Amino acid sequence: MKLRAVTVDDEDLALQILREYLEKTGDVEIVAECANGFEAVKAVGEHRPDLLFLDIQMPKLDGFEVLELIEPPVAVIFVTAYDQYALKAFDAAAVDYLLKPFSSERLGKAVERARALLSEPNPRALQAAELAAAARPPGQALERVVVKDGTKVHIIPIAKLDYVEAQDDYIALHSERKSYLKQQTISSIEEQLDPSRFARVHRSYIVNLERIARIEPYTKDSRVAVLQDGTQLAVSRSGYARLKELLGENV
Amino acid sequence: MHPIFRNTSSMTAYLALWIVLAGLLGALIRVPGDLGWSQALSVSVPMCLFYAFVCLTPWYLCRAFPLGSPRVARLLINQLGAAILACALWIGLARLLVFAMDLGPGLNPAMPQLVVVGFLFYLMSVALHYALLAVEASREAALQTRDAELRALKSQINPHFLFNCLNSISALTSTDPVRARDMCVRLSDFLRNTLGLGERESIPWREELDLARTYLEVEQIRFGSRLNVEMKMDDACAECQVPPLVLQPLIENAIKHGIATMVEGGTVRLEGHVENGNLAIRVENSFDPEAPSPRRHGLGLRNVRNRLATRFGDAAHLNLAAADNRYSAEMIFPCHRIEK
Repeated sequence: MKLRAVTVDDEDLALQILREYLEKTGDVEIVAECANGFEAVKAVGEHRPDLLFLDIQMPKLDGFEVLELIEPPVAVIFVTAYDQYALKAFDAAAVDYLLKPFSSERLGKAVERARALLSEPNPRALQAAELAAAARPPGQALERVVVKDGTKVHIIPIAKLDYVEAQDDYIALHSERKSYLKQQTISSIEEQLDPSRFARVHRSYIVNLERIARIEPYTKDSRVAVLQDGTQLAVSRSGYARLKELLGENV
Repeated sequence: MHPIFRNTSSMTAYLALWIVLAGLLGALIRVPGDLGWSQALSVSVPMCLFYAFVCLTPWYLCRAFPLGSPRVARLLINQLGAAILACALWIGLARLLVFAMDLGPGLNPAMPQLVVVGFLFYLMSVALHYALLAVEASREAALQTRDAELRALKSQINPHFLFNCLNSISALTSTDPVRARDMCVRLSDFLRNTLGLGERESIPWREELDLARTYLEVEQIRFGSRLNVEMKMDDACAECQVPPLVLQPLIENAIKHGIATMVEGGTVRLEGHVENGNLAIRVENSFDPEAPSPRRHGLGLRNVRNRLATRFGDAAHLNLAAADNRYSAEMIFPCHRIEK
C-alpha cells in the first residue's frame, strides 16, 4: 500500500529534495506540499495523511505548534537543520528525524520505520500532542498558545490569556471574553506557562496574575479571585498560599 | 580563598620555601643570641611556619586596595598598619617561644634583626601579591578578549545557515547543477572571508559590505523570491575602518527574525552614509510581529553592542526600533580612515 504524505518546509528547495527522493522510493505519494504551519494544519485536516514531514523553524506556526494542532494518528518525521534540544526529545518520541542535508537512503529508512509503526494496532509514537510536549526545549516558557477551532487556527499571546479552566480531558482558554477549547490537561499547560505570571489557584483553574483585581473570602476556608472583568474563580487553600507567595502578603 | 590553596603542589612549594627561610633565620639569630643550632631552629621553624600563613593575608588587602587607585594615602596606611601588626605578632611569638623553652635572655641581642626581618618579609609578600594580582588580571583580560572573538566567529558560522545551505545545494545538484555549483562557490567565499576577517583588528567598510553581499546572495538562492535586497550605500563609507564582522549579526537577524518569519517574504534594506565624521549604517527588514520567535535579541546584538563599546566607547550607538511590520537596527560610530 502506498503511504500518503504531507511535506512541510518554508524553503522551496527543501520541499523539492523531499519530492525527488520520495518519488524515487515509489511507495510514498505526496498529497500536499506546505510552505508554512497554517497550511500544514489545514492540509493534515483535509488529507488525513499517514506521514508528515515537518520542518521546525517556519513562519506563522513553528513545527511544535503544528504538532499540537493536528489530530493523530499520523507518523511525524522531523526534517531539521540543527536543533540541539529537539534532537534529544526526538530520540524518545518521534518516529524519526532527518538532519539536513540527508541522503535518500536515510529517508528510505525513516519511511520504513514509519510504515512499521503505522501497521501496529495502537502506536504510542503517533500521539502528536505528547510528542509536541516532549520536544519543546526545557525551561522555556510558552509565549503563546495555539488552538484549533474547526479549520481555523487561533493564536493567543500569553499576555492576552486571562485564565485557564479544566474541563475533563480538555482545557478552556479564556481570552478577551472568548473561550477556546483545547485537548490538553491542565497540569501539562501549567508546566508550560511562566510560573511568575500564572498561578494554579485551584484544581480547575490557572489564572493570569495581572488579571486579578482582588481576592475575597467566600466560605469559612475558601476564597474567590475576582478578575478585572468581574469573573469569579474559586481559590483553594493551597492556591491562596501560592498567590500570597507570588503577590506578597497584601492580597 | 587564596589561590595558593587551589592546588597542593603550590602549597607544598610555598611551605618548602619557608622551611629554607627558617634555616636562614636560625643562622641569623644563632650568632648574636649565642644559641646552639637546635635551640635556634626550635625558635625559627615555628616562627616561619606561623609567618607563612600571616604572609598570605595581603591577598585580601591587596585586592581591597589595588595599585593605581587614587587613594594612595589609605593604601599606604593600611598596608603599613598591617605590616606593623604582623611584625608585632612575629615578635610576640618569638618571645613566647623563648619563654616556653626557657632560653633566658639569650635571644635579646638578636631582636633588632628579628624586627627588621619580620617587617621586610611582610612587605615583600605584599609586593609579590600585587605582582600576582597583576598577572591574574592580564590573564583574565586575554581570556575575555579571546572569548569575545570566538563568540563573534561562532555567531558568524551559524550552523542553521550552514546546514540549510548544504541542503539547498543537495537539492539543486539534480535539478540545476549550475546554480548548485554557484552556491558552493559563494558559500565558500563567505566562509573563507569570515574566517580570515576574524583575525584582523579592523577592516575597511567595503570589505565588510562585500561579505554581507555574499551572504545575502547565498540566502537569496535559499529563500528564492521571498528575499528581496535593497542597498543604498554612500561612497564615502567605503574606507571607514570598522571592527570585522560587525554588520554580519544585523544581517543575519534581518533574515532569521525577519524574512524567515514571513510567508511571502520581504525586503532587507541596507543604507549607509557618513555624517559629521560618523559612519551611520541602517539595516531595515520586514517582520511578522506575531511570529513564533523563541530567542529574539540574542547573542548577535549583544555582541555588536559590546564590540562597538570596547572600540569606540560612548561615541558608538546601536539603536533598535520596531514599527508596524518594519524592524530597523542602526549603528553609528566614528569613521576612522587610514592615511595613505
